[in-house]
Amino acid sequence: MSETAQPTPAPDERVKDLGWRRALIRPELGGIVGTIAVFFFFLLTAYDSGMFNAQGIMNWSVVSAQFMIIAVGACLLMIAGEFDLSVGSMIGFSGMMIAIFSVTLGWPVWMAIVVTFAMALAIGALNGFIVIRTGLPSFIVTLAFLFILRGFTIYLPQTIERKTIIGGIREAAEGDWLGAAFGGKVLQGAFHWMGDIGIIGVFERGTRAGEPVVDGIPMLIVWAIVLVIFGHIVLTKTRFGNWIFAAGGDAEAARNSGVPVNRVKVLMFMFTAFCATVFATCQVMEFGSAGADRGLLKEFEAIIAVVIGGALLTGGYGSVLGAALGALIFGVVQQGLFFAGVESSLFRVFLGVILLGAVILNTYIRRMITGER
Amino acid sequence: MNSRTTHAPIIEMKDIEKHFGSVIALAGVSVEVYPGECHCLLGDNGAGKSTFIKTMSGVHKPTKGEIFFEGQPMSFDGPRDAMNAGIATVHQHLAMIPLMSVSRNFFMGNEPVKKRMGIPFFDHEYADQVTMDEMRKMGINLRGPDQAVGTLSGGERQTVAISRAVHFGAKVLILDEPTSALGVRQTANVLATIDKVRKQGIAVVFITHNVRHALAVGDRFTVLNRGQTLGTAQRGQITPEELQDMMAGGQEMVALEGSLGGTV
Repeated sequence: MSETAQPTPAPDERVKDLGWRRALIRPELGGIVGTIAVFFFFLLTAYDSGMFNAQGIMNWSVVSAQFMIIAVGACLLMIAGEFDLSVGSMIGFSGMMIAIFSVTLGWPVWMAIVVTFAMALAIGALNGFIVIRTGLPSFIVTLAFLFILRGFTIYLPQTIERKTIIGGIREAAEGDWLGAAFGGKVLQGAFHWMGDIGIIGVFERGTRAGEPVVDGIPMLIVWAIVLVIFGHIVLTKTRFGNWIFAAGGDAEAARNSGVPVNRVKVLMFMFTAFCATVFATCQVMEFGSAGADRGLLKEFEAIIAVVIGGALLTGGYGSVLGAALGALIFGVVQQGLFFAGVESSLFRVFLGVILLGAVILNTYIRRMITGER
Repeated sequence: MNSRTTHAPIIEMKDIEKHFGSVIALAGVSVEVYPGECHCLLGDNGAGKSTFIKTMSGVHKPTKGEIFFEGQPMSFDGPRDAMNAGIATVHQHLAMIPLMSVSRNFFMGNEPVKKRMGIPFFDHEYADQVTMDEMRKMGINLRGPDQAVGTLSGGERQTVAISRAVHFGAKVLILDEPTSALGVRQTANVLATIDKVRKQGIAVVFITHNVRHALAVGDRFTVLNRGQTLGTAQRGQITPEELQDMMAGGQEMVALEGSLGGTV
């Protein structure tokens, strides 16, 4: 073989060596820059407002974690080349099903949760199958499910209980092992200790005097972190992750190379539904009730977080870590404006500005990486 | 050339007919391809080139006729089947995903895995190493294995696709108009790649409608016209003009060429 003896071709003189800058050029860069900017802004404007004491941090962390949970699912699905507009309705529907099963039908909460997850995964798979079989844009198919699921979420409790909010779940979930996996808190000992030695504040009066103001990390945050890490590893470190990129990048080329594109897409629809149901279960356990209007517009918030995080709307490119940063930006801005005492309607103005800025920056970065024109 | 024709063809297509409803796309085409040769398949648009290679690569089942692969009668149930047997097709457009890195593209659908704690992970280290080595062999100097395919030129993309097929054990490599959208220099690169692949003993089926590209690397030339073969010629037995005339179907072309000053 003469090939092996070939000298290495000279470096292309038209390619500039970007050196250290290359390490910075990554899909998450927009999210990183945005996060730094947002924290810088609020450290300057709202430092004294309590946004950065234990309670304040917990406040925006919980909101960000909510966004993160649904953003992970939306991110992987978007990279696989599809959308799910039914995320918000799925949140309402799943929460309502847990309430109906556990309160109205009196099932044990763990069973209600397991059956609800099974239903959600089935609906996710149905979404996927319709998209695959008909070749319709997922935008339209999941838009239909946005209405279908929301309709059931309002219809079922009205017909069964004659109201649109079902309460009493907290009582039903008392001592339930699976309920605690969504509504419980961890590291309570550590927080009590931090309260005792004065790192975080304690209540000074009332029935809870002496207890720390923040008495543990809600399972919601644990779920968010676990899902982000899981999503990131699957996407970047496994062969399935390569299939996700390939399915969204060019489904036909991927099929030609033997990637099971349909299976990947259906699984991603199911994963998105799973994430929505995790969100719903945590919310229901926290509030102790399910409402017919829960999760409204959450699909757009998830998509916004994902896009701020550097994913390409048409698929094939993106990052779970970026989406998580997008969710963090979203949560910090939403809560931070409240701490900073800004009129809350200005939240939308802020969000629009951030969205536009992040997308412009992301597009610029992506072109540098992929050579798109 | 004679030594080549003495050993058995790797793939033999005998009297292949393919009908789509009332349309007869192929009306009895016979072609033999030998290991280590570059067999050029020429023909104008609509001559049946695409239908023919799709039959060869398992996309279509022939209406009539036989396919022998390594001497055995073969009936492929699909492209996957043909691929497993060692027949790889590199399509003009649908080969690479520009947004993904070269190394991710190279192993798309064939990702190497390494188990850690019992979980199979994508073995990026191995994939990157192999990609860099294979690209160097083909004369492409990557900035790194994580360089996106979108930053490569059209010719380099074709080369990546070809070396991918070769790396995964292709015995017959079908190239569907790999040079039709490329500039002069990029075309030269792809033709050089074809030459390298052929020297490794792989049979190359090179589909083109550019006679000069065919003559640059081809060992034998088969011309298709209206679903039929107009015969197979050896290198050196045919002039570019004759090939051109056969492709276009003779007389009208002569007249046309006269009026265009013989530049077609």
